[in-house]
Amino acid sequence: MAKGDPGGPTRGRRAAPRSRKATTGDPELVQLLTPEGERIESVTGPDGTEYRVDFTDEEYRGLYRDLVLVRKLDAEATALQRQGELGIWASLLGQEAAQVGSGRALRTQDMAFPTYREHGVLYCRGIDPIMPLGLFRGVDQGGWDPNEFKFNMYTIVIGAQTLHATGYAMGVAMDGKTGTDDGEAVIAYFGDGATSQGDVNEAFVWAGVFNSPLVFFCQNNQYAISEPLERQTRIPLYRRAAGFGFPGIRVDGNDVLATYAVTRHALDNARHGQGPSLIEAYTYRMGAHTTSDDPTRYRIASEVEAWQAKDPIARMKAFLDREKIADADFFTEVDEQARREAVDLRERVLAMPNPEPVTMFDHVYPNGSPLLDEQRAQFSRYFESFEGSAH
Amino acid sequence: MATETLTLGKALNVGLRRALENDPKVVIMGEDVGKLGGVFRITDGLQKDFGDQRVIDTPLAESGIIGTAVGLAIRGYRPVCEIQFDGFVYPAYDQIVSQVAKMHYRSRGKLNIPMVIRIPFGGGIGAVEHHSESPEAYFAHTAGLKVVSCASPQDAYVMIQQAIASDDPIVFLEPKRRYWEKGQVDLDAPLSQAYPLHAARVARAGSDVTLLAYGPMVRTCLDAATAAAEDGRNLEVIDLRTLSPLDLGVVYESVRRTGRAVVVHEAPGNLGMGAEIAARITEECFYSLESPVLRVTGFDTPYPAARVEEEYLPDLDRVLDAVDRSFGW
Repeated sequence: MAKGDPGGPTRGRRAAPRSRKATTGDPELVQLLTPEGERIESVTGPDGTEYRVDFTDEEYRGLYRDLVLVRKLDAEATALQRQGELGIWASLLGQEAAQVGSGRALRTQDMAFPTYREHGVLYCRGIDPIMPLGLFRGVDQGGWDPNEFKFNMYTIVIGAQTLHATGYAMGVAMDGKTGTDDGEAVIAYFGDGATSQGDVNEAFVWAGVFNSPLVFFCQNNQYAISEPLERQTRIPLYRRAAGFGFPGIRVDGNDVLATYAVTRHALDNARHGQGPSLIEAYTYRMGAHTTSDDPTRYRIASEVEAWQAKDPIARMKAFLDREKIADADFFTEVDEQARREAVDLRERVLAMPNPEPVTMFDHVYPNGSPLLDEQRAQFSRYFESFEGSAH
Repeated sequence: MATETLTLGKALNVGLRRALENDPKVVIMGEDVGKLGGVFRITDGLQKDFGDQRVIDTPLAESGIIGTAVGLAIRGYRPVCEIQFDGFVYPAYDQIVSQVAKMHYRSRGKLNIPMVIRIPFGGGIGAVEHHSESPEAYFAHTAGLKVVSCASPQDAYVMIQQAIASDDPIVFLEPKRRYWEKGQVDLDAPLSQAYPLHAARVARAGSDVTLLAYGPMVRTCLDAATAAAEDGRNLEVIDLRTLSPLDLGVVYESVRRTGRAVVVHEAPGNLGMGAEIAARITEECFYSLESPVLRVTGFDTPYPAARVEEEYLPDLDRVLDAVDRSFGW
């Protein structure tokens, strides 16, 4: 799973074709792979940081495989929802590079706090993609131990998890786990809509004041359900960091290489005790907010088409093809693996049992409650009084 | 036995000190809790002795206090959060109700949030608005939270330590108007043998009417019972101590003996703790009741201006008036 480090040894690694300071188009956007699949060797950020990646061919192919698998599993979940097997699904379509790039930038000891759309990050943490589907199928409400997977439960209340991430990062610092190469860092995911939440702004204040080892990773996918970015902010989101006293940077969120480089750099700064930073991954939600949404009511087709041309997977494929890092057999094999994993996911979702009704009384309190014991007993007697009830 | 006379506030302070000594994972966080020792001095001297990593002065944002405490709890800490005044807890309401209360449940028991949220609550100190409220019903209504209130220095000393040691998230309501009242505190009794946290207790035995109260109103009811004794009425006073879950076994036993019950709290009556208690007593003790369960509460107004709060708050006379009405039924 581990990928090459920026600036690591170059033996067996492929030199990128060119180097330049500014990036295509928007000078405020860190980009290492253009929409056409051209590599930019390195980009110097506004603070003088040089962003580059130095992957082996195998690692480049690995990132491509991640992107394809994550998109395929996401499409399968959308299909499952359309067939009534999931209650709802929040698709990540279009945001694969932002999630794979940042997810692969995490080191084993790092902790992630997702929203409800970080299926790609979850996959890159090596977690079985079935894990969050219980939530969307309605058979549980998360149900995993954040510390076991170094990946918090999904958080649906917008922005609440950024405070949890901040507190966790304060704990990392209090434990003395920063300041070295193997120090711990924390990443908090949220979206453009969440930046309007009080909790997110409070998290910025706290993380700045306590110099917490934390990366705020904002996937700006341009819409909060129907509301465009202009309804959340009048300055670019990454610039808000300056007011809170830490660095902010905007990266091409459809560029897996740039996202990796920027996130890895920010995480390493955090683990070395240099405090928080904000990354704005500039991307686009190609699908609906969730399966309950109809994006044709609030955005026009030409806008979607323009972003289609910046597709994160197409540009990586073009790069691999052009540089002869991968051949047709490889692309076929990846598609086949994605198909197999999607089928496997589908079969396991269909096999998920409904919980026994009486289990709704479980785990309300670590130490239990006599009131709940009484209600559980009453409910059980009532429930079992139905002759032939199918439980 | 090291028994000392302490104020309720000082008993909390000593209890917090013990908790910090006994478990290195305990951290205290809140506004002004460090150098100042809290606006009521409940954390006085603790930052000086345990350092600013254990007793943390936070930025002024209540949601941030509770939200970061959730993260610290996930990391393995046991945060004790101070909300400066009852009326300032509402910005943290979402974090408390949607996050703190539900984490254990959502994780199917795999994650604990062993957090204590200390809130000085109630009126009677002549304060400006937002400083005298009684928000207990909001929290007692929320599954996943436990809610307790102490009424004496001894209970303050023991209950705060029990709450911190518990893996349940606990809203700990401190009767701010009683912070300065003194009582005997046994500082050496082992916690393991202390009276349980989630248990009600008879504060004064009696036989004619059962008075039910918690926090600041326990003292009011005890005073009422003393006054009633001069009139030949023998009132039993029960300190409920735990509001969620309620511990009503001792209440039912009492009401079956007395046949009469009066619930007293500062919070507004409509849908307050008294409503639930009255309903439960009626369900369990219907054939023992000589009169309906009566309530003496604050009114269903916003907390009024300080110069009229004595008329808003239940006092000895209003409690005795309810006792008279119970007998007059």
